[in-house]
Amino acid sequence: MRNKLFLFLGLLVIASMILAACAPPPADDTGAPPPADDTGAPAPSDDAGEPAPGPLTFGVVLVGPQNDRGWSQAHAEGAQYVVDNLEGANLILFELLNPADKPEATLEGVVDDMVAQGATLILTTSDEFEEDTMGVAEKYPDVTFINISGDDALTGEAPDNLGNIMGRMEDMKAIAGCAAALTTQTGQIGYLGPLINFETRRLAASAYLGARYCYENYRGLDPADLQFTVTWIGFWFNIPGVTLDPTEVATNFFDSGIDVIMSGIDTTEGIDVAGQRAAAGDAVWSVPYDFEGACETAPDICLGVPYFNWGPSYLALAQSVADGTWTQSWDWNGANWANLTDNDTTHVGWISGPGLSAEAQASLDLFIAGMASGGINVWTGPINLQDGSAYIAAGQAATDEQIWYLPQLLEGMTGPSE
Amino acid sequence: MKVVPLLKRIWPLMPVLASLAFILALLLIFGADPATAFQALWQGAFGSRDRLLGTLAFWIPLALCAIGLMLTFTAGLWNIGVEGQLILGSIGASWVALNLKGQPAWVLIPLELLAAMAAGALWAALSALLKTRGKVHEIFSGLALTNLAIILTNYLISGPWQPPEGGSFRGTQPFQEAALLPRLFDSRFSPLSLVLMSIALVIVAVLLGNTTWGLKLKALGRNSRSAFLLGVSSEREAVIAMMACGALAGLGGAVRVLSWFDSLRQSISGGIGFLALLVVMLSAYRMFWVPFVAFFFSAVLQGSITLQLRTQLHSSLGGILTGVLVLLTLLFGDYNHLRRLRKESRPDE
Repeated sequence: MRNKLFLFLGLLVIASMILAACAPPPADDTGAPPPADDTGAPAPSDDAGEPAPGPLTFGVVLVGPQNDRGWSQAHAEGAQYVVDNLEGANLILFELLNPADKPEATLEGVVDDMVAQGATLILTTSDEFEEDTMGVAEKYPDVTFINISGDDALTGEAPDNLGNIMGRMEDMKAIAGCAAALTTQTGQIGYLGPLINFETRRLAASAYLGARYCYENYRGLDPADLQFTVTWIGFWFNIPGVTLDPTEVATNFFDSGIDVIMSGIDTTEGIDVAGQRAAAGDAVWSVPYDFEGACETAPDICLGVPYFNWGPSYLALAQSVADGTWTQSWDWNGANWANLTDNDTTHVGWISGPGLSAEAQASLDLFIAGMASGGINVWTGPINLQDGSAYIAAGQAATDEQIWYLPQLLEGMTGPSE
Repeated sequence: MKVVPLLKRIWPLMPVLASLAFILALLLIFGADPATAFQALWQGAFGSRDRLLGTLAFWIPLALCAIGLMLTFTAGLWNIGVEGQLILGSIGASWVALNLKGQPAWVLIPLELLAAMAAGALWAALSALLKTRGKVHEIFSGLALTNLAIILTNYLISGPWQPPEGGSFRGTQPFQEAALLPRLFDSRFSPLSLVLMSIALVIVAVLLGNTTWGLKLKALGRNSRSAFLLGVSSEREAVIAMMACGALAGLGGAVRVLSWFDSLRQSISGGIGFLALLVVMLSAYRMFWVPFVAFFFSAVLQGSITLQLRTQLHSSLGGILTGVLVLLTLLFGDYNHLRRLRKESRPDE
């Protein structure tokens, strides 16, 4: 009995040793003809610095999975767009850099590796990375860093090699708000908010301003009668026991007389619940967020979706870094107003959904044309903050800084500002 | 049979070798060059000073949890809640760091470490008492208390401890510099934590190997009923073993907030406690191997970051490696069990 056991174990040891020892040589042979990985084509140097074949090696760090049908996927697709359109561009992608998924990983460690592999441009695609990006930018002054959604280049805190990019989602949110206001029968719109910060406040406020404009100008109704309720769930997605449950919030919205839910969160509960209610015969609608294909869940009640399209700004950025012409900037990139769904040119987009009526679409087109020509600016005063204090004087247009750093929600909106 | 002691010695390495072979096969299937891959793994873990320090820094809390788990495993307890105990430790340390403003480091750091150990021990005691008094198995209470610890963290960082500029749900504001453990070369590795871990290692090894209490735990682990009949108070020893484990895990949590991070974060642990369970299993429940296996885990995880970046393979490869390790350990573990049974039937061996 015992001898058999040892025989078996001995065999296992030998087998695993053979596997370990003999497998690599054939692998080296087979590894060469089909390109095993794009970076290691020439003879690998023994140090970390493998020479980059193309004009540009760039790294992209994602906070979530690259296939989340939301924020992170939009960035992954933007990076892929660069690879497809810039000859010789070489992408190093790192997903799921967050302490819950990878407690052992740090932004600095990931950046060390990307630089060792020849990256001269690194994009950190979350405000979670804002602080750490400053650190690595100081550590590698010859590498260009871009922190998405940050403001360090605006405030002047950033070293010269660190810039910021953000899409001007506010305009698309205004369109979304307009679509909601053109559709609501009860005059009540619910906004499913994530956590409260400058970004989420200004997005909710933009949606409200768009809704108010269209309610007044296209429907001829008194904007004071428009109810716009913001409920913050506490995070970008549902965490049971911690955030409010977005499904419950959406249900409560509909129960309280709200008939259009706009989503500001990463997940699809708003449109999910609306779809179920509509299937049960209720007249309700929804506007999802972030992802171009978000209407697919419940197209019939989907009024449209505002989405991010990072490809064009990433391409321009990659080109300028490859040419050596990049200079530090804080970019807040807007839409291509001639075509809001042209993903080669627009930085943010709006796609109307099947749930939007033809009549509403006609008004929405007017609104979009007005915004495109500059004839309509929903951020024109008088605009008061939620506590009643004046923020933008009558006739004045808000500056970028005033919009970016909106300190409270606006007068007329219901919901907490902080 | 001369081969027996040798095999016994290298036994814990077997799953490691086998899973390396498995990973090798996986790499070949995905068309990656294994030589490049293993080189990437190695360089990711040890390739530079910063990398080595990163591997060391991640190793300490993991090893602390694993050392603590040696006590509970010896007593026959499945302290799954070690993850929650680590989190509570980080909350305890953060509480001191945030509330004692303007104190010098020599006051703050000992207090933080003590608070962390106390908090971890308290969380473990809840689990232990639920078992001895409430007949709730420690696996269930441990999981529940871990979730509770996560919820508590989230509540604290989005509520009472949120930074003054408003909650981003990321974490508290960075602690005062004096509250942080002194770190080597601007890295995340604190030599002090290594000293503490070494002390813990020696103490637990001595406790288990050379004391009556260690014997009592072993008796409890082997057969709690007969241990009880022989005069070992199963409740007392179980509670003490759990609390000691919780204290060490709590210390690990303190290291996490005071040297890896500089504040209490949303996911302070991210599963280090669960990894520690695997470390102990992979060590075949033997103290000698625990620090080495923990170090191996840390190196593999650090290395897999570089592996992913170099090969652009799926990011979970490091996780697959450790997962396969555990599966194989459970398979290989049978031998250990057999050996023990044999030993019990023939105590003179």
